[in-house]
Amino acid sequence: MDQKELREQENRCIQEQAPACVSTCPVHVDVRGLAAEIAKGDFPAAYKLYRKAVPFPGIISHICNQPCQTTCLRGKDLGGAIEIAALERAALEFGGQAAEAIKPLPRKHFVKPVAVIGGGISGLTVAFDLARKGWGVVIFEASDRLGGGLWKVPPDLLPRDVLTHDLSVIQALGVEIRLNTTVGRSGGNGHSTFLTRLCEEYDAVYLGVGSHSSDIPDLQLDESGRTSIDPITFQTSMAKVFAGGDVLRASATFSGQEIPHSAILSISEGRRAAASIDRLLQKVSLTAARSNEGPYETRLYTNTSEIQPQTALIETDLSTRYSREVAETEAARCMQCECLECVKNCEYLRHYKGYPKKYIREVYNNLSIVMGTRHSNTFINSCALCGLCAEICPTDVDMGEVCHNAREQMVEQKRMPASAHDFALQDMAFSNSASGKFALARNASGTNSSSYAFFPGCQLSGSSPQYVEKAYDFLKGAFPDAGVGLMLRCCGAPADWAGNKQLFEESRQQFLLEYEKLGRPKLVLACSSCYQVFQKHYPDVQIVSFWEVFDQLGPQTLTAGRAFSAPVAIHDPCSTRYASGIQDAVRNILGKMGCEIQELPLSREKTECCSYGGLMWLANKPVAEQAVQRRINESPQDYLTYCAMCRDFFARRGKRSLHLFDYIYGAAGTDLALAPAVGFSQRHENRARLKEKLLKERWSETMPEQAAFESIRLVLPEAVQQMVEDRLILVEDMQKVIEYAQRTGKRMFNAATGHYLAYTKPTSVTYWVEYTPQEDGAFLVHKAYSHRMEIGREAKK
Amino acid sequence: MSQYVDLSAYQGWVCADCGQPLVPGKVDISYLGNSFPVDLLKCPNCGLVLIPEELALGKMAEVEKALEDK
Ligand code: SF4
Ligand code: SF4
Ligand code: SF4
Repeated sequence: MDQKELREQENRCIQEQAPACVSTCPVHVDVRGLAAEIAKGDFPAAYKLYRKAVPFPGIISHICNQPCQTTCLRGKDLGGAIEIAALERAALEFGGQAAEAIKPLPRKHFVKPVAVIGGGISGLTVAFDLARKGWGVVIFEASDRLGGGLWKVPPDLLPRDVLTHDLSVIQALGVEIRLNTTVGRSGGNGHSTFLTRLCEEYDAVYLGVGSHSSDIPDLQLDESGRTSIDPITFQTSMAKVFAGGDVLRASATFSGQEIPHSAILSISEGRRAAASIDRLLQKVSLTAARSNEGPYETRLYTNTSEIQPQTALIETDLSTRYSREVAETEAARCMQCECLECVKNCEYLRHYKGYPKKYIREVYNNLSIVMGTRHSNTFINSCALCGLCAEICPTDVDMGEVCHNAREQMVEQKRMPASAHDFALQDMAFSNSASGKFALARNASGTNSSSYAFFPGCQLSGSSPQYVEKAYDFLKGAFPDAGVGLMLRCCGAPADWAGNKQLFEESRQQFLLEYEKLGRPKLVLACSSCYQVFQKHYPDVQIVSFWEVFDQLGPQTLTAGRAFSAPVAIHDPCSTRYASGIQDAVRNILGKMGCEIQELPLSREKTECCSYGGLMWLANKPVAEQAVQRRINESPQDYLTYCAMCRDFFARRGKRSLHLFDYIYGAAGTDLALAPAVGFSQRHENRARLKEKLLKERWSETMPEQAAFESIRLVLPEAVQQMVEDRLILVEDMQKVIEYAQRTGKRMFNAATGHYLAYTKPTSVTYWVEYTPQEDGAFLVHKAYSHRMEIGREAKK
Repeated sequence: MSQYVDLSAYQGWVCADCGQPLVPGKVDISYLGNSFPVDLLKCPNCGLVLIPEELALGKMAEVEKALEDK
């Protein structure tokens, strides 16, 4: 993913889009923010938000026709739209006094003033906005007072003290007001060119009156005889002249449209014209970056499926005055519309307290840093790459894809922290070393080519080696006439997840070499992570899931090894998200066993990750623990899954859980749901034993030579076992330290305790072990720890 | 990170190879091209160094992370 694609993903996230109420409001009052403040009881803060968008808060809160309400999502069968204007009045009433007076910027004297023709609400808005910015403004008003049509509103709706109070701000801002002054029409000789003359005296002109184009002959008309006005900037054919009000309404811009007279729309128009005039005076582009001014349709998506309908406390119209309490209750009815669909469903996204748009910006910055700290490294490495967000997002933003690509770039830039994935990559190396403890590729004994090969995967072999043998025997029985070979190795998922393309490719090549030797068999995969990897990276290798084979060719009525008392909840591994065939097969198999199934709220294509995916568990243990716990909390039933890692991650947190193999092949009479998770060292041991046993029993071969350290026998008290498991230190690491220390004598001794302390650095990590040799030749380990920093100065690279 | 551990807690250790009690001294600890002198116990004869557990799991782990993110 290059920077462009990253930007594209970022732009797709709609979380920062305005809620419907805000985008529909012609001046974009932050209705959502205002409601949030009122719900908290902070009326001054609410008023502040309101005044930011509305120049005449008293007037507007009393007379606004609330176009915002028409799109409020509460209004869509959820109890009725929020009473927005009533909340605005409450903000004014209970928070307005505390507000500071508006302070204009110092007056700019280097340009001539702006002429505003017409003292109606749009002209007043232009005057307000420009005066605040320090531009000189002169208002020409034909009547004897400002406010135009506002005086026609009945006083019980718009109390006159509110009106005069709001209008007084114009004078306070230093605007020159010329009442009883007509410009143009009745100006006697030459009135037809009054605009030209005004433009000599003023640097810009705003026309807020006059509906008939013929009144203003200076302005160009289009073919239909209407004034041409730019729909974005409101500029007329004369560069210095801008139009609003009725001029705009009757213009070609809005020809044929019925534009309602609405105070808030007039303010919006005045505001947009003022913005153009401000740009004109500053000599900057009038048109750059002017999207979404005035009402528009938002792209924001808000899921309201869980929201209960709730009606307003009291019936409300424009004359209703709320008490504080009623206002707070009404404000709390606002649903605070936003998207966050992915964040609500992903513990990782939630943990970092943002949302993809923000995260992608951070990832982008992280990738571009040349010098300095990369704050997002851990963030990037903590994603499970599970794909749930992409499945849920209304606009298909895929954080897994973003993080995976960022990892690949980090590895390429040589900026991937060595510690991030090392443990898993070492584990992969253990499983795939050609002369090693696990990797094995054999045709069935007595054959020299295979039509099928069982590929159980490294983790099932690490957790439950006994099932690998049983499953292999099943396959041999299921395909009696075809050679069924066996391949033990790791599919390479850890390298893929770590973003290490080169390592993955090396493993791929190794695999292909062995695969060729078996005669390119169809692989039967027991692990869904393997399945996903093969599907993605080995288009030429035929694959099938073990579960599909078992469903089709296995016993059609099953007497389960286990009795079912309660339904089990199925946890689909996240790697089966789009493998519905496997999901169906698993449900079929359980059905044949008479097992009652409970579906979790998020299952199948919406399933969650157990935290093994993407190496989340390794890169960020606290977040990984939250993620798996969240999954566990979804049901009190025993979990049934078909990935060895999912099962172990649940078991590690004490959740009763079973692998499908436990059901099929598990020994009856033991409660396998309680079986503890298998530790890291034990996984190595299990894989090695599996290979040894299979080699001996099925191919009459022996394991390759043992290394010297392997004969070191360790005694690990339970607390020490837990310690080394937490610290990701393996038995073989400790064996190497002790073997080295005993052989070379390089160790320290403490006479008071009788303990020895020694260290070695097999590759990049230095391991320390404190131990006591036992009489029987074993070594009692007291503690072990490790570090990556080197002792001494580093050798020059 | 010159002094991050109380070395007195490690007084009892001797170098088993040389039979010499460990003595305090400056030792360089390095990672990703950066070096830091640290006060540690070492064998006066062969130079074998003792990195205490709390240093490895505490300050050293912290510095490793910080340097890896640079
Ligand atoms: S689901 Fe997430 S990524 Fe998609 S638009 Fe909503 S907040 Fe953005
Ligand atoms: S519920 Fe609140 S945020 Fe959503 S549209 Fe209505 S007023 Fe706006
Ligand atoms: S963990 Fe899964 S749902 Fe969460 S961001 Fe990563 S890929 Fe998306």
